[in-house]
Amino acid sequence: MKVSVVKNILAANDRIAQENRAIFDEKNLLVFNLMSSPGAGKTSLLEKTISALKDQLKMGVIEGDIQSSQDAERIAAKGVPAVQINTGGACHLDGNMIRDTFKEFDLDNLDLLVVENVGNLVCPAEFKVGEDFKVMILSVTEGEDKPAKYPLMFHESKVLLINKIDLLPYVDCTVERIREEALKVNPDLKIFEISCKTGEGLDAWCDWLKGELKAKA
Amino acid sequence: MHEMSIAQSLLDVIKEEMRKHNATELKSVLIHVGQLSAIVPESLSFCFEVMTSGTELEGAKLNMEVIPLTGNCRKCGQTFEIKNYAFECPFCDSKDIETLSGQELSIVEMEVE
Repeated sequence: MKVSVVKNILAANDRIAQENRAIFDEKNLLVFNLMSSPGAGKTSLLEKTISALKDQLKMGVIEGDIQSSQDAERIAAKGVPAVQINTGGACHLDGNMIRDTFKEFDLDNLDLLVVENVGNLVCPAEFKVGEDFKVMILSVTEGEDKPAKYPLMFHESKVLLINKIDLLPYVDCTVERIREEALKVNPDLKIFEISCKTGEGLDAWCDWLKGELKAKA
Repeated sequence: MHEMSIAQSLLDVIKEEMRKHNATELKSVLIHVGQLSAIVPESLSFCFEVMTSGTELEGAKLNMEVIPLTGNCRKCGQTFEIKNYAFECPFCDSKDIETLSGQELSIVEMEVE
C-alpha cells in the first residue's frame, strides 16, 4: 500500500524553534544564532561585542561545543551570564537544546541573547533554534571559495562578518572576492569587515546591532 | 555530519505515520532532498540502514530524489534553474529572486503493509 505523506522531516525541530521564538518575542528579546567554522573568531567577536555594549544593554550567551566549557568561561569572565551546552558529538545545536537552557537565564531581564553554535560550516545552518536571524563569520584565512562550497549557511545568514582583516597582507584571498562570492549566494547579505585583534570595523557592527535591538524593543 | 539527527527525525515521522495507517511493515520511503540542503545522500542512507537494522523497520528501502534549485525572478517574472548557487536572474540579471524549490527535506511517500 502506498501512502502519500508530504511532511517536513525537521518539522519537530521547527515546531520547538517556533515555540522558542514566541517566548523571545513576548519578552522583546533579540536573539541571533552565530555560526562559523572552528577558529573563525565567534567567541572573540562576542568578547569584543560585550566589551563595547555591556553598559548599554543586558546580554546572555549560550555556548555550544562538542566538549569543554572554555568558551562559557571566557564569556563569564566578561561579566555576562553564559550557559555551556556540550553536544557530546553532535555537530550543531537544535531547538530543544536551546529550550533546556531557559531556566538558567533571567530572560525577562535580557535585551540580547546570542547562541554561539558549534564550529561547523554545514550542519548548524539546517537547524532553527528560534533566532531572529543568523550571523556568520568567515575569516580571511579560510579563503573566498567557501560561499560556493558551503552555500546553505551563506544563504541562510542575514549578516556576514569577514574577520581577521589584519591578516590580509599574508593571505592570497581578498575581501572583494569574498564579498563577490558571498553576494552571489545571498544578494541580501549585510557584510562587515572586522578584525577582533585590532578592533577595526567593530564599531560599525555594534552600531548595526544596536539598530536591530531598537527595532525589536 | 548531521545525517544521524536527520535519520532519527525521519524515523520518528515514519513511525508516527505507520501508527496512523495501522501499518506493520515498511517497504520503502521516498524523500525529497533539496539541492541547497546540506545533506549527503550516501551518508543519510548509511545512517538510515544502521538505525533500522535489528528493528521492525529492517530492510526498508530509502529512496531519495534530489530536487534542483529553481527560482522565479520578481522583476521579469521568468522561472529558471539557479546554477552554481548564484541567485541572479539569467534573463535580466536581477538579484530579486524568489526560491521556488531546492530547500526541501521532506517525506513524500511511504510503501507499507
